[in-house]
Amino acid sequence: MSITLHQLTRRYGAVPAVDDLSADIPTGCFFTVLGPSGCGKSTLLRMIAGLEPVDAGTIALEGRRVSGPGLHLAPEARGVGVVFQSYALWPHMDVAGNVAFPIEATGIARRAARIEAKQHLASVDLDGFADRRPADLSGGQRQRVALARCLAARARIVLMDEPLANLDPHLRAAMEDEMAAFHARAGATTLFITHDQREAMALSDLVAVMRAGRFEQIAPPQDLHDRPASAFVAGFIGRGVVLDCTVTAVAPGHAVVRLSPDICIDVRASDPGIGPAQVLLRPGDLRQDPAGVAGRVLHCTYRGDHWEARVQVPALARPVLVHLSQRAVPGETLGVAFSGGWVLPAG
Amino acid sequence: MPTETRAVPTPWSGLRRLTGAPVLLGLIGLAGVALFVLPLGAVARLAFFGTGGGGDAIADALRSPQVQRALWNSLDSSACAAALAVVVGGGLGLLIGLTDLRGRVALSFAILMLTMIPPHVTAIAWMQMLGPSSVLLQALGIAPALGSTHPLYSREGVIGLLALQQVPIVYLTLRAALRALPRDLAEAARVSGAGPARLLLRVILPLLGPALLAGFALAFVSALGNFGVPALLGIPGRYVTLPVLMWQRLASSGPAVLADMAVLSVIIGGLAVLAVWAQFRVLRRGAVALIGPPQQALRLNLGRARPLVAGTLWAVMALVVVVPMLAMLATAVVPTYGVALTLQTLTWQHFHEVIFVQAVTARAFANSAGLAVLAGTGVAALALATGALSRSSFGLGARAVTVLAEVAYAVPGLVISVGFIIAFLKPIPVLGLSLYGTHAIILGAYLSAFLAVGLKPVGVAFAALDPALHEAARVSGAGFWRRFWRIDVALAAPAAASGAVLVMLMAWNEVTLSSILWTRGTETLGTVIFNYEDGGYSTLAAAMSVISVLATLVLLGLLHVLGRNLPPGIIPWRG
Repeated sequence: MSITLHQLTRRYGAVPAVDDLSADIPTGCFFTVLGPSGCGKSTLLRMIAGLEPVDAGTIALEGRRVSGPGLHLAPEARGVGVVFQSYALWPHMDVAGNVAFPIEATGIARRAARIEAKQHLASVDLDGFADRRPADLSGGQRQRVALARCLAARARIVLMDEPLANLDPHLRAAMEDEMAAFHARAGATTLFITHDQREAMALSDLVAVMRAGRFEQIAPPQDLHDRPASAFVAGFIGRGVVLDCTVTAVAPGHAVVRLSPDICIDVRASDPGIGPAQVLLRPGDLRQDPAGVAGRVLHCTYRGDHWEARVQVPALARPVLVHLSQRAVPGETLGVAFSGGWVLPAG
Repeated sequence: MPTETRAVPTPWSGLRRLTGAPVLLGLIGLAGVALFVLPLGAVARLAFFGTGGGGDAIADALRSPQVQRALWNSLDSSACAAALAVVVGGGLGLLIGLTDLRGRVALSFAILMLTMIPPHVTAIAWMQMLGPSSVLLQALGIAPALGSTHPLYSREGVIGLLALQQVPIVYLTLRAALRALPRDLAEAARVSGAGPARLLLRVILPLLGPALLAGFALAFVSALGNFGVPALLGIPGRYVTLPVLMWQRLASSGPAVLADMAVLSVIIGGLAVLAVWAQFRVLRRGAVALIGPPQQALRLNLGRARPLVAGTLWAVMALVVVVPMLAMLATAVVPTYGVALTLQTLTWQHFHEVIFVQAVTARAFANSAGLAVLAGTGVAALALATGALSRSSFGLGARAVTVLAEVAYAVPGLVISVGFIIAFLKPIPVLGLSLYGTHAIILGAYLSAFLAVGLKPVGVAFAALDPALHEAARVSGAGFWRRFWRIDVALAAPAAASGAVLVMLMAWNEVTLSSILWTRGTETLGTVIFNYEDGGYSTLAAAMSVISVLATLVLLGLLHVLGRNLPPGIIPWRG
């Protein structure tokens, strides 16, 4: 394991920012911590980097314990790379100087360090930019300088704190590809912090959804979307509606749930018990079907390549989301067919 | 791509890390003790517990009619001058800060000249301008009769010139507050239907209340410690303030009256600290939280009145800054004081005298230049170290030094000097060296009194830095000293340099601190000018003053150039 977190806790006053958190992050993994602002994800990153002390628990990097009771290895001795949200490029050094800095810190002379830095700049396609100041670069170029600085440090663990948050939306998609390429090239274990589920889905091997200082679920992106462990995860990732239901029959990987006296559907499940439960219905689990259950359209929103309608089926407690190929008028009645769903694990 | 991991830091790099921040802390601690704790502590100890001190001595001093009168004169002159400065400086601040007046930077610079020219030089210049032999008044035919009392040798003269010196302090405080005022607040008032007058009275002035109060307190404390103006105008005008009384007693009796000095120091120093403390209290209670980022200040349209307002302002600035300087220059180039200036009487002999003939003036120029450079660089170094320390786990040490420096800055300069005499008159144990009578004791007093001036811009610069810049260096593997030199010092250097130049200006121009610390061989520019004027050598004093003002202008120009690369708010007249 590359990063091992064990019962990690950090409090600000009485409020825990990170609360008894444990996780193992495999070597070479692109591991994303996804959560709303204030969930403690930046504190977690800062503790791993050594920029923040731990109140309880331990952190081990590459098998070496770096934080724990009575132990705090200084950030400069941990050998991790960090890409900051602001990129933290030193404004008084040129681009090559920024990238050469971690090389110099290992004791290599300035001139030799600059030569090595230029190789790293070449690997992020910034060949001609060595003598520019960070202020003269675009957002995407600054991002790449920050990545090159990480490469120069030859860190086996790279921590990224919302590195795409300051970029224009159209640039963000392009930088996602660069991030993936960077990860493949460096082969370093990457811990990526974000509040953007789309980024997390696009980049990660594993995603941890964080809430109030704890990981709610750690899973590959598709599992997270299709098989969320809790209503919070289900609500945070993708679109969908969680409804109360009763499980009436079970089979391996499947269950039959009753949503109302008239509506029973076959859904995916992982070992549920017979009885009351909650089911997640994604828009993909429903479709418009004149032969289905009748519902009234409350609201219709254009989502780019389809229309998303919020439809109230009278027998259900909450409106469901249905994808339509054409616009529907609020107040209109349309038929809805249920083709699947996911029973949220109990507890 | 190479992927091997670099060597993990070896144990001895851990040892070197240990000698990082603690070394800096030790350095700052040593400076704090030598510059603040020892001198100020020595004053307090002698005043409260020494022989000739104690509660009775303080009560006796307060009962003495001489001290009572001086104390009253100090309070009277400082309060009146501060009030005048608030009216004038505040008005200038509003006019320049809120309207579309042209040439705001130049006007700010002209206003700042009022403090950049030291009090004793200002006093000499105004004495030349308004005296019986004034070229200006003679030309206008309203010069006082020869032999009559100089109009400035009076309570009103002292208050007027003190106020003039404090105008820039209030002006700067107000401009800074205006810069911090979110523009939305004013715009919201305008779209709510408020005209310029209502906007000023109902929104802007109430929000600026704390700044005006702060300006008053700063001006009061600064006037309280002023020595040059009351010494040159008040002594002949029989209007003696407390600092002047202290100087008179020390000058006539020497270090024998140290206990007496300590008692008077505690009285005036306590007054200054009390004023600053009261200002903090009132400010905290009256503080209104401003929401919103500071923005480009409002630009109220003066319309057709603009040329008139600008013309008036420039005319007044010329009258209070340029004309006194010309009067002083006129005195410096006539053969003897009182001779009318014509092409026939014009002479450079006094400049020749002070530069090439008199040993004492040459020494004073050299002493003041050397002390100014050392004080400037010393303060910059201490400020950088304090700034870096404030980022480490020893931040408390940095804060303590900052508070001490602020106290020393508020306390009148004469108190600092008395403290340095008491603390360093006796030889330092072990070394067996006495600092009294050396350049070192004056340098120490400069560092003590001016450190706050250098800490401010460096503090602003550090506060404006993204903490991630420092953290990025840490995770890049840089140890304490590499981060200190390559990141902290490199990034804060421009701010530290501007602080250093400000300190050099103050050291070059000061007279209060050295007036009782100087001895034969360690004369400073200020003391020599003062002594010449005091001794009746007005032409020599004027010539030296002219040279000192020229040097000041050169330093100011340097600061202006340095300011191009600095965040706004560090160079006072920029932004």
